[in-house]
Amino acid sequence: MSPSTAWIVLLATSALCFSIKLFGYYVPAAWLAHPRLQRINALIPISLLSALVVAEGLVQKTSVVIDHRAAGLAVAVGLLFAKAPFPVVVVGAAATSALVYHLH
Amino acid sequence: MTDVRRHTVRDALSVAVTVGTYGVAFGAASIAAGFSVLQTCLFSLLTFTGASQFAAVGVMAAGGGAASAIATASLLGTRNALYGLQMAPLLQVKGTKRAAAAHVTIDESTNVALSQASRGAHAMRLGFWITGGGTFLFWNLFTLLGALGAKALGNPASWGLDAAVPAAFLGLLWPRLTNTFLRVVAIASMAFALLVTSWLPAGVPIIASVVVAMAFGWGER
Repeated sequence: MSPSTAWIVLLATSALCFSIKLFGYYVPAAWLAHPRLQRINALIPISLLSALVVAEGLVQKTSVVIDHRAAGLAVAVGLLFAKAPFPVVVVGAAATSALVYHLH
Repeated sequence: MTDVRRHTVRDALSVAVTVGTYGVAFGAASIAAGFSVLQTCLFSLLTFTGASQFAAVGVMAAGGGAASAIATASLLGTRNALYGLQMAPLLQVKGTKRAAAAHVTIDESTNVALSQASRGAHAMRLGFWITGGGTFLFWNLFTLLGALGAKALGNPASWGLDAAVPAAFLGLLWPRLTNTFLRVVAIASMAFALLVTSWLPAGVPIIASVVVAMAFGWGER
């Protein structure tokens, strides 16, 4: 990633995310009240976060790869089932992944 | 301080501190993706909506283009507009105060505000501002710590940082999966993203997964 790309991503993301927040304070309530829009909007974070989990954990460029990250992710799933707090989940996944990376 | 005030302040601060510490994970993820410490800190100051920040750096880390990083992050931020819609009549703010309110309108501030409903409108406003302001403070502080820490560590894979990022997304996703329907949507989205991985440019499967949200949200359940 070139430095200018990094700045573009940072500034454009910030400007758009703030505009979206502000939009909610100006727009008449009826505009966003459509049930279909509300239903889809409620599901968008779930779809995107799910896709991000696999894209970051199981994909290398454009192919599916099972490597040290998958071991970390498996431990994260186990910790989440055990109701571990967020920092424990992240550190547990990182430690497992690092261990597998070095043993490999 | 009255009892109501004390309870609201305690609720708000405990959320702010807990969520703020997640900033460490963002700081580390951003450095691992190739952003500088300054850029990482500016992300938390200016974007200030965790999932979108993770998404922007996550798409870049996955080798995606700037456009798909920006679009994914923005789409993840659309829910904040609906939060603003709910908070506007409660807060009744104008001018710079409205801009400040908008900036701290996130999952946490909205949830704490709504959860104070039984304590009255004053407690709701107090909960919103303390959670929003407190999360802003701690999130930025811990982002800096995470960024400096990751910078000192070096090779991300050697310390498991490349697995910490998907684990963080999973940690953000998990509490949202409150019923079977939502779990089905999550699994379908993961399957879809993996399926299209070899056909689409890097980073694009993430934003493409919005079609899964549209398919499941189109009709009434």
